[in-house]
Amino acid sequence: MIVKTLSSLGHAIIDSIWRLGVASSFIAKVLTRSSIVLRRPQLLVDEIHFAGVLSMVIIVVSGLFVGLVLGLQGYETLKRYGSTGAVGTLVALSLVRELGPVVSALLFASRAGSAITAEIGIMKTTEQLSAMEMMAVDPHARVISPMFWGGFISMPLLAAIFSAFGILGGYLITVVVIGVDGGAFWSQMQASVDFYHDILNGVIKSVVFGFAVSSIAVFEGYSAVPTAEGVSRAVTRTVVTSALAVLALDFVLTAFMFTGGV
Amino acid sequence: MLKPSDVIKLTKVKFSYASGAIFDDLSVGFPRGKVTAVMGGSGSGKTTILKLIGGQIKPNSGDVSYGGESINQFSYDQLFRFRRKLGMLFQFGALFTDLNVFDNVAFPLREQSSLPEVAIRDLVLLKLHTVGLRGASKLMPSELSGGMARRVALARAIALDPEVMLYDEPFTGLDPISTAITGDLIRRLNNALGITSIFVTHDIKASFKVADEVVLLSRGQVTARGTPQELIASQDPFVRQFVGGEVDGPVPFHVVSESIAKDLGIPVSHWLKK
Amino acid sequence: MQRARVDLWVGLFVALGLLALLFLALKAGNVDSMFKSEGYQIHAEFDNIGGLKAKAPVKSAGVVVGRVESVSFSNESLRAIVSARIDEEFKFPKDSSLSILTAGLLGDQFLGIDPGGDVDNLVDGDRVRITQSAIVLEKVIGQFLYGKMSDSGGN
Repeated sequence: MIVKTLSSLGHAIIDSIWRLGVASSFIAKVLTRSSIVLRRPQLLVDEIHFAGVLSMVIIVVSGLFVGLVLGLQGYETLKRYGSTGAVGTLVALSLVRELGPVVSALLFASRAGSAITAEIGIMKTTEQLSAMEMMAVDPHARVISPMFWGGFISMPLLAAIFSAFGILGGYLITVVVIGVDGGAFWSQMQASVDFYHDILNGVIKSVVFGFAVSSIAVFEGYSAVPTAEGVSRAVTRTVVTSALAVLALDFVLTAFMFTGGV
Repeated sequence: MLKPSDVIKLTKVKFSYASGAIFDDLSVGFPRGKVTAVMGGSGSGKTTILKLIGGQIKPNSGDVSYGGESINQFSYDQLFRFRRKLGMLFQFGALFTDLNVFDNVAFPLREQSSLPEVAIRDLVLLKLHTVGLRGASKLMPSELSGGMARRVALARAIALDPEVMLYDEPFTGLDPISTAITGDLIRRLNNALGITSIFVTHDIKASFKVADEVVLLSRGQVTARGTPQELIASQDPFVRQFVGGEVDGPVPFHVVSESIAKDLGIPVSHWLKK
Repeated sequence: MQRARVDLWVGLFVALGLLALLFLALKAGNVDSMFKSEGYQIHAEFDNIGGLKAKAPVKSAGVVVGRVESVSFSNESLRAIVSARIDEEFKFPKDSSLSILTAGLLGDQFLGIDPGGDVDNLVDGDRVRITQSAIVLEKVIGQFLYGKMSDSGGN
C-alpha cells in the first residue's frame, strides 16, 4: 500500500518534470517565432484586447474592494496604537509589494488564462490548428505567439491598475467615510513608499507572473487532449498551475527583494 | 505497386502510433492528375496516409515522396513551401470560428501572398462561386450547416490553386444532396485545375461515382486496387465483403474472445457452435 | 467588434495601465528617491547600534539625507561599524556627529546627523568621530531602578 503510494508519487513527480521540459521547449519555440508580433502588430493588439481589456472590469472592481478592506482592517488595527495616520502607508505598501501583483495575477489566470487555454484547446480539437499548418501557416507564430505576448504585456498593466484602484479604495473608506486625515494619508504614504524598492519590485513581480501565467495558459491549451473533456481539464490545469506558480514565485521574489536574501 | 506515373509515393513505410502499429511495410503510389479513393475499415490507416503525405507525421522508416522529393526529410522551410502546393479538406471543415466565410477563404491568400485587398476580394468571390456559396460570404461558420461549412473549407483549400488536394472523409455526416454536391465538386475541381486528388472515405456509393481508382486498405496493407468497376466485379472475399457491405466475412463480426459457453459458464455440450 | 473599436479599447487599456503606474510612482511613492545621485560614503563606530539596519534612513533636522548601507563589527576596536551613503547635494562639516535615534516611541531606528562647525566638509570615505549609541531600553530601566534603589538606600 505504502509502496504503491510512494511509487505513484514518484511517478507523478517525474511526470511533472518531464512536462516542464516539454513546456520549456514549447515556450522557447513560441518565443523564437515572435517576430510576427513586430511585423503585424494588429495581431498583438487583438490579443491584448482579449487578455487585458476584457479583464479590466474584474481587476478594477477587485482592486477597489481589496483596497476598501485593507483600509478598513488597517484602520481597526492601527487605531489600537494610535497611529491611524499610517493607514495610507499600510494600504499602499501591501498593495504595491504583494497584493497588487499576486491577486491580479491570480485573477488574470482565472479569467484571461483560462480563456486563452480554452481558445487554443478548442482550435486544436476542431482541427483549426492542423488546417492552419496545412496551409503553410505556422500556428506557433500566427496564433500562439500573439496570445502569449498579449497576456505578458497585459499582466503588469493590470497589476498597476489593481494597486492604483486599491489605494483609491483605501482612501475612500478611511478618509472619505471614516474621517482619517487625508493629508496624513498621502504624506505618510509618500514618505514610506520607495520607488525603486517597492514600486519597481512590484512591477518586476508582475512581469515575472505575467510570463509564468501566459506560458502556462498557452502551453496547456496547445497540449490539451483534443476532446471536450480534454479542453476542460486543460483549463482547470491552467488555473491551478498558475496559482501555484504565482505563489511560489512570489515567495522566491519576496525573499530576494525585500529581505536581502533568505 | 508503384508506377512511374505516380506523383505521390509511399515506399516501404513503417508507422505506428503509441497505441499500436498501423503500417508495417506499406508501398502505394498515387497517379498524377487522377482522383484516387483510399478506403478501408476504421483504424486501417486511411487518415494516417493523408497525414504522412501532408508531413504532419513522419514514418518510422520508409519514404514518402512527392515528385521525387522526400517529404519526410524536408527541413522546416521546405515543408512549409511544399504545403503551399497542397490543399487539405478536414473532416468537419475546420473553419476558423472567429472569422466569417469571406475571411476564412481569404486567409491563405492574405498569409501567403502579398496581393492587394482588391485582388484578394475577387479571388475569394471566385472561389466561393466555384463551390456555390458566394452569397454566404458574410456569414459566420457557426451559422452554416455541415455541408455548407465543408464547401467553404473546400473553397479555402483551393484558394492558392494547389497541385494536390487531400480530402479527409469528405462525405461523412452529409445528407444525400450534399454528398452528391461534394462528390461533384471533387471531380470538377480535379479536371478543371488538373490536380491530383486523394480522398479518404468509407462511403462506397459516393466514392465509386467519383474516383478514377480505389485503393482498399486492410490491416496496414493494400488489399485491393483498381477502378470502381474492377472492384465491383472482384471475387476477393474481403473486397466482396467491403463493397457489398456484408456483416461477416474476412473481417469477422465477433471480436476475438473466449467462447460464449465459457463466458456464461455453461458446459460445451449444451451448445452446437461457438 | 470593428477594427477601430478594438484598437480604441486597447489604447484606453494601455493608457490606463500606464497612468496607474504613473500614479503609483508619483502620488504614492517618493518622487525624490527616483532621482537619487551616487552620494558619498561615510562610516562611524558605535558602542551599540540597537536596532539599526541597512537601508535605514539618515536624517538631519528630520529630513532624509541618505541611507545606511551596511552594519558590521570591528574585530580591532570591538565596536559596531556603520557605513552610510549621503546624497551628493547635502554637505556636512567634518566634525558633525552621528546618533542612533528612534522614530517615535516604537518606531524604526534611524541615523541622525547633527552638523558641526568645521570649515571643511565630509567627503567620500571619511570617518565621523563623534557618535552617540542607541538607547537600549533595558539599560535605561536598569539605570533607573539602580538610581531609585541608591536613592532610597541613601535615605
